[in-house]
Amino acid sequence: MPASPRARSPLDPPRSFRVIRAVFLTLLAGFVLLPVYVMVTSSLKPLEDVAGEFRWIPSGLTLRPYIDIWHTVPLAKYFVNSLIVAGAATVCSVVIAVFAAYAVSRYRFRGKRLFTVTVLSTQMFPGILFLLPLFLIFVNIGNSTGVALYGSRGGLILTYLTFSLPFSIWMLIGYFDSVPRDLDEAATVDGCGPLGALFRVVIPAAVPGIVAVAVYAFMTAWGEVLFASVMTNDTTRTLAVGLQGYSTQNDVYWNQIMAASLVVSIPVVAGFLLLQKYLVAGLTAGAVK
Amino acid sequence: MTSAPATLPPDTAPGRRQRGTAARVRRPGRPPRPGRLRRGALPYLLLLPALLLELLIHLVPMAMGILMSFRELTQFHIRDWSSAPWTGFDNYALAVDVNRPVGEALLGSFLTTCLFTLLSVGLCWLLGTAAAVFMQETFRGRGLLRALFLVPYALPVYAAVITWAFMFQRDNGLVNHVLHDQLGLGGAEHTFWLLGDNSFWALLTVSVWKGWPFAFLIVMAALQNIPKDLYEAAALDGAGIWQQIRRITLPSVGAVNQVLILVLFLWTFNDFNTPFVLFGKSAPEAADLISIHIYQSSFVTWNFGTGSAMSVLLLLFLLLVTAGYLLLTTRGRRDADAR
Repeated sequence: MPASPRARSPLDPPRSFRVIRAVFLTLLAGFVLLPVYVMVTSSLKPLEDVAGEFRWIPSGLTLRPYIDIWHTVPLAKYFVNSLIVAGAATVCSVVIAVFAAYAVSRYRFRGKRLFTVTVLSTQMFPGILFLLPLFLIFVNIGNSTGVALYGSRGGLILTYLTFSLPFSIWMLIGYFDSVPRDLDEAATVDGCGPLGALFRVVIPAAVPGIVAVAVYAFMTAWGEVLFASVMTNDTTRTLAVGLQGYSTQNDVYWNQIMAASLVVSIPVVAGFLLLQKYLVAGLTAGAVK
Repeated sequence: MTSAPATLPPDTAPGRRQRGTAARVRRPGRPPRPGRLRRGALPYLLLLPALLLELLIHLVPMAMGILMSFRELTQFHIRDWSSAPWTGFDNYALAVDVNRPVGEALLGSFLTTCLFTLLSVGLCWLLGTAAAVFMQETFRGRGLLRALFLVPYALPVYAAVITWAFMFQRDNGLVNHVLHDQLGLGGAEHTFWLLGDNSFWALLTVSVWKGWPFAFLIVMAALQNIPKDLYEAAALDGAGIWQQIRRITLPSVGAVNQVLILVLFLWTFNDFNTPFVLFGKSAPEAADLISIHIYQSSFVTWNFGTGSAMSVLLLLFLLLVTAGYLLLTTRGRRDADAR
């Protein structure tokens, strides 16, 4: 292989280093890919095959599980529920966080430190801490006013903001800080109001960051289990809970579970790989600083 | 969340007014200073939706959680929690009394979580750092491998963990098939992985699988900031690759490690999703992480008062550890700077 222009050192790494690197990275790749292999192959196996002893190679390939998953449980409904809840939580937290992060990044005001410290600390609190009170608040609001928050999609979206909002605010502060102040100052000199500067200069300049935050918020909401398992009912159940429906008292339809897992993973994994560049830059910008 | 669109339009109006006053103040030839463009109401108006929501989803529930922990809150009082009898510190006494079953179980779960977190964070950090260091240099297939390594991070937790649960099945799982049938380890009798003491190792495997790519990402980003000249200079001075890694690469990761390890610690310690999908509502004793334990104490045995007391204790512990850790690491950094 010709030495690339970005070669790190003028000397090529010795053979021993390359061998160790190859062995380590191969083993690690194997570890990472093992469940993916199991997921893909098992999703194409007939039921007899997944019910018995594990086989590396399926005895016969079938697309049957991919058809059956939609009937065994109302997967499409769970899919739509997950989409609505994760989508709404993402939009709400990003929109609200844009304004908050702009204020923190561009203004000095009393209580700024208190606000940022609160946001940062709520981000590290366990979800279980908020689950109990929110559950009781929802139940009590439902009893006293008749507004059914418990079990509703709106209630679930609200609980998802407990983790997506602090995260979004925190990441966006970092992103807005990296947009040079001269830019929006120039815009204000040219006659933009502060919000004009936000919409015309800061937001466009921070688009990669906003995309990263949105993708991350969506991913976390899509994969959330704790709130979904307590705060949903039959009609509002999300994929996280719905996937449990493939195990019945008599049978566990492992091939269908694997097929459904693959189907629900595809949107987020595809989105992640497409936007990986922004997401990685966004996540690391905050941590590396 | 309905408050968000409702409060946004008013932001615009005071914002414009604010601009007018600021322009007037600036007129006597004072140049605008960064960060002090304008003061007054505007930042608060921008913050208003976030403040309201923070209040609604964090501060009120936390205050309520603390109040709940002083009450005997069982399923009979769910409909109106404020009518539950006030019991003072009884719930706390119950939670920390290691001579009675509740306290004993909580302590066991806490110690399990500590050990689990220590091992998981350590392994995640080790794997992530090693992979990032090995992949610092370009080689064929590096981009593909990088994308592949991020897959556990991108997969929804329940989809990934449910696959691991399948692999850990006693009779039709891959793990037992490989260990017992193909490698002949541990005798012919298949092992239970999701029950009993082995469940700890099953949970640890899944946790590391899921968690290490984050360490990999962060360390990789940190490595990109190391100037290439450093390596060239070292190489010209005759330093081999291992020496370069030891003297240049690893020390440069130091500052990032502090944040990384704290974040990994908090995530792992608080993790609910992994054990819940792997084991269901009640985990085996050997893998009974604290989040699951509190969930079970509250939603399975329907004792919200005790569950709340446990949550508050957990929060206090996390705050203490975080504060102590930050104090230690920043002091260490300050000492290093002073030197």
